[in-house]
Amino acid sequence: MEIEQIEILEFLKRHPPFQELPAEQLQQVAIGIDIGYFKAGSEILRFNEPLHALHLIRSGAVETYRRNGDLYNRLSEGGFFGEQGLLRGGKVRFPATALEDTLIYFIPDQVFQQLFDDNEFFADYVQVGDSERRKTSKASIQARADLLGATVSTLLSREPVTIGSDASVWQAAQLMTEQNVSSLLILDPEQHLAGIITDKDIRARLVAPGLKSETPVTDIMSAKPVTIEQQQYIFEAMMLMLRHNLHHLPVVSQQQAVGVIAISDIIRFESQNSLYVVSRIFRQQTVTDLQALVPDVHACFVRMVNEDANSQMIGSAMAAIGRSFKQRLLELAEAELGPPPVPYCFLALGSMARDEQLVLTDQDNALVLDNRFDPAQHDSYFQQLAAFVSDGLAACGYTYCTGNVMATNPQWRQPLKVWQQYFQNWIAQPSAERLLHSSIFFDLDGVWGQTQWAEQLQQLVSNLARKKPLFLASMTRNALSRTPPLGFFKDFVMEQDGKQNNVLNIKRRGTAPFVDLIRVHALAIGSTESNSFSRLQQITAANVLPKGRAEDLRDAFEVIAMTRIRQQAAALRSGEEPDNNVLPEQLSEFERKHLKEAFQVLSNAQKFLKFHFKA
Amino acid sequence: MLYLGPEQADNKQHSSSTDWQQYYLQQAAVVKHPLLQQFYATGMVAGSTPISQVPLVAVDFETTGLSAESNGIVSIGLVPFNLQRIFSSRARQWLLKPRFALSDDSVTVHRITHSEISHAPDLTAVLPELLPMLAGKVAVVHYRQIERNFLAASVNVRLGESILFPVIDTLELEARLHRAKPLSWWDKLRKKQQVSIRLDASRSRYKLPPYRPHHAVTDALASAELLQAQICHRFSAATPVSELWC
Repeated sequence: MEIEQIEILEFLKRHPPFQELPAEQLQQVAIGIDIGYFKAGSEILRFNEPLHALHLIRSGAVETYRRNGDLYNRLSEGGFFGEQGLLRGGKVRFPATALEDTLIYFIPDQVFQQLFDDNEFFADYVQVGDSERRKTSKASIQARADLLGATVSTLLSREPVTIGSDASVWQAAQLMTEQNVSSLLILDPEQHLAGIITDKDIRARLVAPGLKSETPVTDIMSAKPVTIEQQQYIFEAMMLMLRHNLHHLPVVSQQQAVGVIAISDIIRFESQNSLYVVSRIFRQQTVTDLQALVPDVHACFVRMVNEDANSQMIGSAMAAIGRSFKQRLLELAEAELGPPPVPYCFLALGSMARDEQLVLTDQDNALVLDNRFDPAQHDSYFQQLAAFVSDGLAACGYTYCTGNVMATNPQWRQPLKVWQQYFQNWIAQPSAERLLHSSIFFDLDGVWGQTQWAEQLQQLVSNLARKKPLFLASMTRNALSRTPPLGFFKDFVMEQDGKQNNVLNIKRRGTAPFVDLIRVHALAIGSTESNSFSRLQQITAANVLPKGRAEDLRDAFEVIAMTRIRQQAAALRSGEEPDNNVLPEQLSEFERKHLKEAFQVLSNAQKFLKFHFKA
Repeated sequence: MLYLGPEQADNKQHSSSTDWQQYYLQQAAVVKHPLLQQFYATGMVAGSTPISQVPLVAVDFETTGLSAESNGIVSIGLVPFNLQRIFSSRARQWLLKPRFALSDDSVTVHRITHSEISHAPDLTAVLPELLPMLAGKVAVVHYRQIERNFLAASVNVRLGESILFPVIDTLELEARLHRAKPLSWWDKLRKKQQVSIRLDASRSRYKLPPYRPHHAVTDALASAELLQAQICHRFSAATPVSELWC
C-alpha cells in the first residue's frame, strides 16, 4: 500500500541516517512528520524553549549557535538539529536561525526516541558528538582488525624446545636437528630463560671462528634475549623484531618460556606486510635498490588501511619502515666511508620519532656526536655521512626538510654536550619564536649507534620542562597557533568565524595541532614518551585533565588521523600523489559529522590548554 | 447563487466582499441534508481574523478532466495546517470511482490506473469523513476552479444540494503579484515571457523544493507550503483572512 506522504518518504530515502532504516520503520517516520516554512533570517529555535521534534532540513540552510552567540554549526538539505536538546531534557540547547528560506521536517520526539532506542546505526549517527559513540565506532574498528589484533599465542604451535645451560653446542645442535627447529631456548637451573641460540649463531659464532663443538652453549647464546608475553599482539611482536632486527622471539608467560616465534611465522601469518618490506630493506645493497622498494612501501600502507588497521598500527609500521631505511643507509654509508672516527647517534625527529609516520613525510633528523668530537678532525666524515643518508632518504621518497632540520645542517650535527646545552637553553630561556622551529626536537628517537644518548636527552627534557611554567606557556602559545575548522557546510570547510573554504589541510588543521597539544601536556607531566597515544595514556594516568577528557582526545585524534590516512591511501590507489588536502566533497556525511565533533574536542582542548598554562 | 465564474476571478484583484461567517450561518438554517447542516453549523471565522489564527486545510483533487459538468473526481488529498505547522502526519487521501470514464490521458497524468479505481468507493461513501475535515476550516488550493467547482457539482448530484466554502487560492495570490498589469507593448515586442504562476514555478520562487506533481496529497502539501511562504514574504501573521480568501 502506497503511503500518502510519498514525497517525505522519498526524501528520507535519500539521506542518512534515515536511508539506512528498514522500509517499514522509514514509513512510520514519514507518516509522523509535520512541516514548517521559515523565511531567511527568521528564528527557528530559541534557547531553553521546550523542544518537541528533531528538525530535519528539507530545503534551505540553517545556522545553530552556542549560548554565547558563537556559531556552532551550519547545515543544509538533509542536515538535522535539535538532537542534543531531545536527548538531554527536551529543551533547546543550540538556538537556530534560517540562513536561507528553509523548509523544515519535524520528526516528533517520541518517533525520534523510538528510533534512537531501536536502531543502533541511527543512534550512532545522531549521537556522534558523544564520547560514548566514538568509543563504539572505535571498538568496531578494532573488532574488524582481527588480523592485526590477534595475539602472539595464536602463532604458537608447539612446546618450546629447550636445553639446560650446562649443555654443549654439539648437544644443542643434535637436539635442534632431532626436533627440526632453527632456534633453541637455554634454561638456567631454575628453569628460567637464560638465552637463545639459532642456526645462524652456530654458524657465525662457532664454526666461523673455528671453536670446538664442545664449547658450552652459554658461550655463543644471546643472553637475556628480548621476549614477548603470549597475550601481546602479533603486531607488537612484529614491531619488537623490527626494532631489534631479530629473527626469533621467545614467548613467555609468567616468566616461563612457552614458545618461540620466528620471523617466518609472522610472514606466513601476514604474508605481505611491513615486516616483509623491512626485511627486504636490509637486503638491498645500493641506494638505487632501496629506491625500488618505494612502491612496496606504498602498497603496504594501502593494505593496512584496507585491513582497517588503526592509526597507531599504521603510524608505527610506517615509522619502522622509515627507521629501517635510515639504518640501512647508515650501514651502507659506513661501508663506503669506513668506521666513524668517534661514536655517534643518529636521531629521528618528528613523526618518525613519534611512531606516527605516513607515506607523505619529510626527513627530520640530526646527529649526536661523542663529546670528543673535534670538528677539524672529524666533521668531514660526519658531513659526508649525513649527506649520504639525507640524499638516500630523499631518493626513497622522504623529501628534504624545508626547515633544514637535518644532520646535513652543522647546527644539528653536534656533540652530546652541545645538544644538552640546546635543550637547556630552549627550556630555560623560552620564547614562542625560539621554540617555533624547535618543538620538533622534543619528539626524538635514537635510530642508530649510541641510542642511549637519545634516552639521556629525553630524560633531560623530562626533568627540566615540567618545572618551567614559562617554557610550557611558550610551547602552549605555539600549540594554539593552528586551530581546527568548525565543520563542513555543503561542499565547503566552515571556519569558526563562518567563512567558507574549498579545501582542508588535515595535517595543519587537525593532526599537527593535536600532536602539539598532547606534547605540551606530556612535557608538563615529565613524560619521556614520544608517541601521542602513549603520551595520552600517561596524561590519563597523571590525572591532569578533567575526567574523561584524555579518552575524548584519544578518540578524536584517531578520527582525524584516520581521515588523513584514508585520503592518502585513496590517492595512492588511484595513482595520484598523496597530500594532506581534504576536499569536503570526498567526505561522506558520516565522516563529516565525525570530523566536526573531533574538531570540537580539539578546539575545547585548546581552550583548556590556554587556560591551564596561562599562555 | 454565489458562483464565481472563471472570467470574473481572473480579472478581479481579489474579492473580499463575501462575509463567509454570515453565509455559513444562513446556510446552516437552509440546507436539508444532515451532513451539510453539520458542515455549516461548525461555522466560519470572521473575515477580520488574523491569518495566524485561522485553521486551514490544503485540498487537491485529481480529476478525469477540467470540466466539473462532464468529468469526475479520481482522488482527493487533504492536509490540515496553520501558519506555524503543516500537519502532514494527519494528511488524508481517498481514491474514488468517478461517474465519468477515466480517459487514457488522465491515467498518464495521475498515474492512477483503471484497475485501481474499479474497486474505489463513490464520493458519497467518503463524504461523512471528508466534510468534517473541511468544516470550520478555510480551504487552500492552487487554482480554485477545480476543487470548489468539482465538489459543488459532485455534492449537488449526490445530496441534491450544493456546497460552497471560502478558499485561499495560492495561484491567485501569485497572480496578484505577477499579473497585476498586462505585459507592455515593449515587453511583447521583446517576446518577454510572462512569469509562470503554476504551482512548481511559484514554489521555486520561494526556494521550495520540486515535488512530483499530480499526486493529491503531495499537491495539497505543496500548496500548504506555498501559502506559508507567501504569507512570510508578502503578508504577515496579522493579515486579516478577508484579504486572502475568496
